[in-house]
Amino acid sequence: MSAGGFLSGGLFSGGFLRRVGAMVTKEFIQLQRDRVTFATMIMIPLLQLVLFGYAINTTPRNLPTAVLAHENTDATRAIVAALRNTDFFQFTRLATSEQEAEHLIRAGDVLFLVEIPAGFERALRRGEAPALLVAADATDPVASANALGALEGTVRTALRRERFVDAAGTAPFSITQHRRYNPAGTSQLNIVPGLLGTILTMTMLIFTALSVTREVERGTMESLLSMPINPVEIMLGKILPYVLVGIMQGVLILGAGMVLFAVPVEGSLTLLTIVTLLFITANLSVGYTFSTLAQNQLQAVQMSFMFFLPNILLSGFMFPFAGMPVWAQWISQCLPLTHYLRMVRGILLKGAGFTDLAPDIAALAALMLIAMAIAVARFRQTLD
Amino acid sequence: MASAADGAPQPEAGIAREPEADIAIEVEGLRKQFGTHVVVDDLTMRVRRRQIYGFLGPNGSGKTTTIRMLCGLLTPDAGRGTCLGYDIRTEARRIRAKVGYMTQKFSLYADLSVRENLEFVARLYGVPRPEAAAAAAIARLGLEGRGKQLAGELSGGWKQRLALGACILPQPELLLLDEPTAGVDPQARREFWSEIHTLAAEGLTVLVSTHYMDEAERCHEIAYIAYGHLLAQGPVADVIAASGLTTVTVEAMGAGDSGPAMAALARELEARPGIDMVAPFGTRLHISGRGPQALDAALAPFRARPGLVFRADAPTLEDVFIDLMSRSKDNMT
Ligand SMILES: Nc1ncnc2c1ncn2[C@@H]1O[C@H](COP(=O)(O)OP(=O)(O)O)[C@@H](O)[C@H]1O
Ligand SMILES: [Mg+2]
Repeated sequence: MSAGGFLSGGLFSGGFLRRVGAMVTKEFIQLQRDRVTFATMIMIPLLQLVLFGYAINTTPRNLPTAVLAHENTDATRAIVAALRNTDFFQFTRLATSEQEAEHLIRAGDVLFLVEIPAGFERALRRGEAPALLVAADATDPVASANALGALEGTVRTALRRERFVDAAGTAPFSITQHRRYNPAGTSQLNIVPGLLGTILTMTMLIFTALSVTREVERGTMESLLSMPINPVEIMLGKILPYVLVGIMQGVLILGAGMVLFAVPVEGSLTLLTIVTLLFITANLSVGYTFSTLAQNQLQAVQMSFMFFLPNILLSGFMFPFAGMPVWAQWISQCLPLTHYLRMVRGILLKGAGFTDLAPDIAALAALMLIAMAIAVARFRQTLD
Repeated sequence: MASAADGAPQPEAGIAREPEADIAIEVEGLRKQFGTHVVVDDLTMRVRRRQIYGFLGPNGSGKTTTIRMLCGLLTPDAGRGTCLGYDIRTEARRIRAKVGYMTQKFSLYADLSVRENLEFVARLYGVPRPEAAAAAAIARLGLEGRGKQLAGELSGGWKQRLALGACILPQPELLLLDEPTAGVDPQARREFWSEIHTLAAEGLTVLVSTHYMDEAERCHEIAYIAYGHLLAQGPVADVIAASGLTTVTVEAMGAGDSGPAMAALARELEARPGIDMVAPFGTRLHISGRGPQALDAALAPFRARPGLVFRADAPTLEDVFIDLMSRSKDNMT
């Protein structure tokens, strides 16, 4: 039977809601019987949030730092002393040559290299605002971004104490930054919205990805197919219970984020709910699509993982979106997480409203509908 | 509504659709292959309403495949047919609403209780008041007190009963039962068959596959399928008569263990031209041949042996099936 056939023939014919309802009830009972899955649904968000939330601590602490000084002056000593005294940095050594300094940073022995050029102190006294060169290993963008800010403050305070700088503190020097390996950084509050999106992506994908293949593997699909229910009804019946589960997880993550990490909600909570509902449904639809394509549960999990990885890497969760090549940006437009991250960051941190988010909302809805259409078209109504 | 607007024919709306009201299943030239393996070949059969139609054949002969084609779960590669008057290729949806299909392997939800499984089925079929219907089904099946038990925890016999209950709950017109009694104890089998006879008496048509010969005798009509070919069909007596087999039984006289002697005799008989089949039945041997004269001639030298009693007999269904199988094997190779 073609997709068009049952759409015109039976989608809205009598009993559509009754059959979807029967399916939803069944799925809920099964979900509730499956204690392990049920526990996982609550534990995954909490564990990940606490784990990543605290592990990804964005306040710099004890970052290994080397100094390459081309002069040995009071200014040099003041800067080194300041680096020793602050918690942000951990002064490891005074490099003696360019090569040594280069090696230190490349090998990962230090994350920062402060280079004091020859004639720095003299230029400082003349008010020429000489440049300190700072090379940062920005493979950890969050740490390096914040540390660079901290470094400027540390050096300024040190030089003021040594009276190289007047009390007014007008820029006596400048810092020329050189971020290695990864040119951008993100801010602390990005992590909770990011985790909200990634955790939802992962759990939602897996739940529905297993749903159809599980019925096939347990042999219950043969019975189900022999009963009067069509693919749209089966799909909705399998997706809807998890929308509720997703909302529950969202509340859990956001609530914990607000309590543990003081994440603000600048924008509308209603808008956030709507956007999250859409995002959850889009991911459930994608997972369900995998479920209709896969031959068994293992394949379904593998497909979900293949989809999950680019979501993590290209959505802007881990690496800044703007730094990606154009083709990667195009790919990321096809990932629900890209749009959701933009929207959640917008709503939570910037107070963005509906009109700001309209393009992302439209994109998310389109992705959801495409996934559903593929799922319904690909759903095997026979055992052929 | 979309379906009304596009003017598709609506059989329920009153257009006569039952020229052969007495026929439940009619298929012609049905064929199904998986890859290059032809599993069902040129199968033609007809099942009248209110009949218990037995579908017999050894494992792997294509019974399940045929049943799946009948309810639209598999698409035939060739042939045509109707089930309850609906085309099996294009009207699977309508067939599903009126057919109860009991799969060979238990296919209800193991993690739902008996009651929840029945309620789920009732809701899908739009049975009014699903809870009450499920409770009634539980009572009818004698499953009282087990309503809350998970289906997966039931024993084989109870599982099979539940599966049958789920099939008949929506009051279908046709039951397709795929080896419903496989692995079930004799007592439960007997009860199962009496239930099936009750249902047929109430007006249901039942197509039941099995590989138990004794169950064939409980059917109004049977069809025998082997290697995808339908080899015989009709009432049991007709199938036996149509086989053209002549059967003679031989028994050893006197006391003592005649086993080894009979086994030797069986080998001896089997080697004779004119004797097509020798099968031991307890202390007797069933000797069958396709030609009565040839059989007589072959047996003549043995009749003179002391201690053996020969008696003319009717072939059993099993004799007939084994003969049909060996003939079809000969034809294919
Ligand atoms: N989906 C399938 N793909 C490939 N081969 C199949 C499939 N289903 C059944 N077969 C093969 O078709 C043959 C007939 O199977 P089946 O109809 O189940 O026989 P029966 O029910 O009489 O035991 C068997 O050899 C089986 O291996
Ligand atoms: Mg079978």
